[in-house]
Amino acid sequence: MAILGAINPMLSVGLEGGDKAWRLADYVRRGGYAALRRILEEKLPQEYVINEVKKSVLRGRGGAGFPTGLKWSFMPRSFPGDKYVVCNSDEGEPGTFKDRDLLRYDPHSVIEGMAIAAFAMGATRGYNYIHGEIWEIYERFEEALDEARAAGFLGKDILGSGFSFELFAHHGYGAYICGEETALLESIEGKKGQPRFKPPFPASFGLYGKPTTINNTETFASIPYILNLGGEHFLEVGKANNGGTKLFSVSGHVNRPGNYEVPLGTPFVTLLEMAGGMRGGRKLKACIPGGSSSPVVPAATMMECTMDYDSISKAGSMLGSGAVIVMDETTCMVKALERLSFFYYEESCGQCTPCREGTNWLYKVVHRIEHGQGRGDDLDLLASITTNIMGRTICALGDAASMPVQSFVKHYGDEFAYHIEHKKCLVPVDVQRAGSGFFTATV
Amino acid sequence: MLTSESLKRIDREIAKYPADQKQSAVMAALAIAQQERGWLSSEAIEFVAAYLGMAPIAAYEVATFYNMYDLEPVGKYKLSVCTNLPCMLTGGVDAGEYLKRKLGIGYNETTPDGLITLKEGECMGACGDAPVMIVNNRRMCSWMNPEQIDKLLAELK
Amino acid sequence: MEIEIDGKVAHVPDGSTIMDAAQQIGAYIPHFCYHKKLSIAANCRMCLVQVEKAPKPLPACATPVTNGMKVFTHSDLAIKAQKGVMEFLLINHPLDCPICDQGGECQLQDLAVGYGGGASRFQEAKRVVFHKDVGPLISMQEMARCIHCTRCVRFGQEVAGVMELGMANRNMHSEIMTFVGRSVDSELSGNMIDLCPVGALTSRPFRYAARSWELARRKSISPHDSLGANLSVQVKNNVVMRVLPRENEDVNECWIADRERFSYEALGSPARLTKPMIRVDGSLREVDWNIALDYVTHALKDIVGSSGGQALAGLASPHATLEEIYLLQKLVRALGSGNIDFRPRRRDFSSDGKLGGVPWLGLRLSEIKDLDAALVVGSFLRKDHPLFAQRLRQLAKKWGKVSLLSLGADDPLIKLHAQLSVSPAELPRALAAVVKAAAQLKGETVAAGLESIDPCAVSQAIARSLLDGEKRAIFLGNAAEQHPQAAQLHALAVELARITGASCGFIGEAANSVGGYVAKALPTALNAYEMFAQPRQAYVLLGVEPELDCHDPQQALSALREARLVVSLTPFKDGTVRDYADVLLPTAPFTETSGSFVNAEGRLQSFKGVVRPLGDARPGWKVLRVLGNLLDLPGFDYESSEQVRDEVAPAGEGFVSGLGNGLNGVALVLPATGAALQRIADVPIYQSDPLVRRAAALQRTTDAALPTARMNAETLATVGASDGASVRVKQCSGEAVLVARLDETVPVGCVRVAAAHRATAALGEMFGAINVERA
Ligand SMILES: Cc1cc2nc3c(=O)[nH]c(=O)nc-3n(C[C@H](O)[C@H](O)[C@H](O)COP(=O)(O)O)c2cc1C
Ligand code: SF4
Ligand code: FES
Repeated sequence: MAILGAINPMLSVGLEGGDKAWRLADYVRRGGYAALRRILEEKLPQEYVINEVKKSVLRGRGGAGFPTGLKWSFMPRSFPGDKYVVCNSDEGEPGTFKDRDLLRYDPHSVIEGMAIAAFAMGATRGYNYIHGEIWEIYERFEEALDEARAAGFLGKDILGSGFSFELFAHHGYGAYICGEETALLESIEGKKGQPRFKPPFPASFGLYGKPTTINNTETFASIPYILNLGGEHFLEVGKANNGGTKLFSVSGHVNRPGNYEVPLGTPFVTLLEMAGGMRGGRKLKACIPGGSSSPVVPAATMMECTMDYDSISKAGSMLGSGAVIVMDETTCMVKALERLSFFYYEESCGQCTPCREGTNWLYKVVHRIEHGQGRGDDLDLLASITTNIMGRTICALGDAASMPVQSFVKHYGDEFAYHIEHKKCLVPVDVQRAGSGFFTATV
Repeated sequence: MLTSESLKRIDREIAKYPADQKQSAVMAALAIAQQERGWLSSEAIEFVAAYLGMAPIAAYEVATFYNMYDLEPVGKYKLSVCTNLPCMLTGGVDAGEYLKRKLGIGYNETTPDGLITLKEGECMGACGDAPVMIVNNRRMCSWMNPEQIDKLLAELK
Repeated sequence: MEIEIDGKVAHVPDGSTIMDAAQQIGAYIPHFCYHKKLSIAANCRMCLVQVEKAPKPLPACATPVTNGMKVFTHSDLAIKAQKGVMEFLLINHPLDCPICDQGGECQLQDLAVGYGGGASRFQEAKRVVFHKDVGPLISMQEMARCIHCTRCVRFGQEVAGVMELGMANRNMHSEIMTFVGRSVDSELSGNMIDLCPVGALTSRPFRYAARSWELARRKSISPHDSLGANLSVQVKNNVVMRVLPRENEDVNECWIADRERFSYEALGSPARLTKPMIRVDGSLREVDWNIALDYVTHALKDIVGSSGGQALAGLASPHATLEEIYLLQKLVRALGSGNIDFRPRRRDFSSDGKLGGVPWLGLRLSEIKDLDAALVVGSFLRKDHPLFAQRLRQLAKKWGKVSLLSLGADDPLIKLHAQLSVSPAELPRALAAVVKAAAQLKGETVAAGLESIDPCAVSQAIARSLLDGEKRAIFLGNAAEQHPQAAQLHALAVELARITGASCGFIGEAANSVGGYVAKALPTALNAYEMFAQPRQAYVLLGVEPELDCHDPQQALSALREARLVVSLTPFKDGTVRDYADVLLPTAPFTETSGSFVNAEGRLQSFKGVVRPLGDARPGWKVLRVLGNLLDLPGFDYESSEQVRDEVAPAGEGFVSGLGNGLNGVALVLPATGAALQRIADVPIYQSDPLVRRAAALQRTTDAALPTARMNAETLATVGASDGASVRVKQCSGEAVLVARLDETVPVGCVRVAAAHRATAALGEMFGAINVERA
């Protein structure tokens, strides 16, 4: 089980009871569904809810960091017929595993958040799209839905208010691209998860062509707390323009990988300490601060950062989904990039030319370098391929595939050059091996 | 083609979507068919397509797009090992190598007794538990060091 | 909206894309996946352009225009983006244009010249894509050339109405394929070949037959169905090498059906008649034209002289040209006979003489897209009229409510508002129910004769749809015209049109179903059915194969066998004609003669021959002219087919006058529905006329499969047969042994057995009583 610290717990408040306190009764006991109840019983207007979310400056936790309140205000008010809210629990970005824990330990916070969102936007139906490989979590979420329905928090005429909202879970089946919001919609519609060109945006043409709002699991889970404590309070927990707390998924060469909820603006060093510090006392070499798609940041810069959108962006990367991949000096950066490039090539949906062809080309070149067949002009070639992909694709996967390549080559060009020249890793293979700790684990 | 049990489960999935959007249940229906039959034969895909009123090729597109579907027979247990970067840093690749050696097969191969198929998986959204692997698309196994792997294999025998 | 593209200003409506605006002002933006008739995929990324204030290049095909937008299609940013995409497209694409079938007409090749780099920077192994076998029409031998634009997939989903091709897998392993090696069976499939911008989907019959630059492109008109599709016939060394659509938005848009595209193979078939033949001592011998004509002249004079003009009958195919049909009727009449017709598949002629005008579609084809509702009565819509069905399909996708009253519920691949599928005997009552429902809904008095009708919910739904909205139409299909109570159906449709304010008309079976009326080829004595029911001594057949083309082939054949003289003007020498014809005169098919077709909407389209006639074949109008001269008949001194045309349709090309679907003096008398087993006969799409019957590749398609005896479970049980069993099917004296097939779409008490096929030619009437027993 992941180790979860909580400085100012909003999301992880439910995690304290461990795997036993996820049920509706536990959630209600810690104040769950109070926000929804208050909104419905006091007949608060939809604008009130949206305003509180706006005031909180909650930014979407799925990666792009788009202000949630603003997104909600895009939904057409007077649309006849169904409108949808969709939760994005497809969490497939390497390094990210926060939504899984949220759904495991606190599924009702997501349900309540979605119900409140549905109320605020006048949506009548919703889906939670859950990552394929976490079947047990999907089953638990289904159970939580049953509980919520039985208790009258979902379904027809919720708490006698006249407001109705049906919520269902949709299980993914192994495609990273379905985390992209329009691919996710296509997937719910029973098709391949191929992103749609935008515009039109989901708010006007979403699921089944109906107005739809998509948010990340953590975004929805933050909603009840924002409404309970007030938008301003939430904002104050973080720092200007970076409201609230955030779950960071720390993985890689640390002693206690896991999810840590901290206020935005917490120093990276603090987060690293919470995660038990570097494994084996080794030195930090590099960190990918926002999921595999964000540019890698060298140790020196990273140690100066605070964990928030602005600081990480100043460091030349992105806060993304808050997945902090920690790499120590045993890491071969070429091999690391090769694996990431394989991932993006493999997960490209295949529809647009630059991504379909480019991600494969990138992988082939990096693979070649890693396997001692690099050529003198390969680094220029990589740079050129990435510029030909970036900004020219339907969705951001093209960019996501390019940024690691650009940043790895930029910061660790020497290591790549060494590979090309000496046809082997700068970091000796047995050192790399020792770094993983796999074979020593038993000893 | 499918048992009434499976059909009932599929019907439950269909009910989640608007009445004119049966196709939305295709992913679940294929997963259910795969669970019952072990893998997705063309016949199974066509059956699901017909059941949901969609073109067989449209169901086939779905079956070949999502990588947890098996369009070829697999062993009784399918072990997918995550080797993506976060797992790799903490032994995912090594775990794969260890399994290959133990089972005497490579990725995408099945042990001669038909018991275990080994697959290389992509990020499973559980990087904090690395290295992770998943059995038959359903059961997630965390922190798979050699000891754990041995235990798992013994259990699957 | 005002937009500036490379300095030029365009004004476009809200909702237009940059691509729309560029096309309007004639600026070319390179593209592959974009196609004006398909949904926007924006996947190829070739159309990236620079837009002022946008940080990244945007796809012109998908980016909506905003007011005052400034677009640069040739700026550094745009060119760099386009070149980048081109490089990606080419890295896995074989660079062997010289041996590619698409070479010379490949959009990728054309653009690569402008945007491609020099040497490839991609030095890895190229993607390997296996070829696929998808049937006799489309070749997918070269799938490594595919650039994943998905035009073919979208065509299937959106235009053909059936998704047969899909893109399986993902990432660079994405592959266009059918479901586990199935064939592509859509009757519109060939359009995917045109849509494919590269050499991945090519024409299987045309493969490597010629290079595109060797071909001369000639205009022509389809001789098949009543739509009048405009064709570009491509010729090399006086041989038709292939047929492509010629765009005409008002007629065929940019499509043609496979029937139009691949029927050309019959033109060079070994069955072509290249010399006149006459029967000598019981067998047919090749002779010179003068001998043959001399023979015909004498024989006709002889019979008419001894037995009178009424001993002669003339039957023209509705696929013959306007000029040919006109001259045949002129000749027959001049010989003193009123036995002339061009409607061999008709059974009920009781509306003849009561028509208000030349029966036609009732509206222009281009008006279909604006209909609010349409009702099609008695049609195997998709196979009878592929492109007409396509127009209704698009209509139904937008807002139009399309309903069907049909025999057998074949899936028209149209999102239907309502469908009623009944036996032939019940069809008039079913239409009457809609009429009555409409009258009741509108509070009008119900026409006499409909007292016993009780409209069901579906008829009411159809009636309601026809009462709603601005423009509505009722269409009578082929089966309605071939029906034993065709005049009743016509009268009912007229009544329904009157009540609802909808238009009413006929879709028409063949290229000249309207033209035959214009050519005045209507009987004044025996009609197409009677001329065989009451056998004549002499027959002149023009392009018609009665054993396949007639309502009752059994009856036609026996009359022909008994006749003293049968003269057949035909391009072909094979088949049953050898048994009954005394003279075969080789006439030119549509590619070898000039002539005109008048399509369903009354549009007269003239065309020229695109190649010289094969061997000694001659244009039909010339043969008939010479015969007229040899028979000393007046008024046969034509110098050109245009002269013939101008005599019958003085206005020339354009819409003919005198169109009208009115009907006077036909009382509504609904027939009792009998209890006997009844035949439902469709005309299979690749048996519809002599040309397609001999088109080799079309004959290898699924649609060309042997006819079966299709029944629903109840009927199957009654006749004691099971699915797959052999059954003996009998009508009058004729019988055929067929395989029984379970088909729940066939109404109770009916057996569906296709007409127009050798295997069923021994049978009788298309909708007559039929007997089935285990063989
Ligand atoms: C390739 C790709 C993968 C993505 N994966 C995820 C994901 O797994 N989870 C997620 O919440 N958002 C993901 N996103 C972002 C979503 O498109 C979308 O922005 C987000 O779900 C919106 O929710 P938010 O505003 O609450 O962040 C992904 C985007 C891209 C381009
Ligand atoms: S960028 Fe890649 S994943 Fe995104 S739409 Fe294009 S091909 Fe698909
Ligand atoms: S034509 Fe615009 S992306 Fe293909």
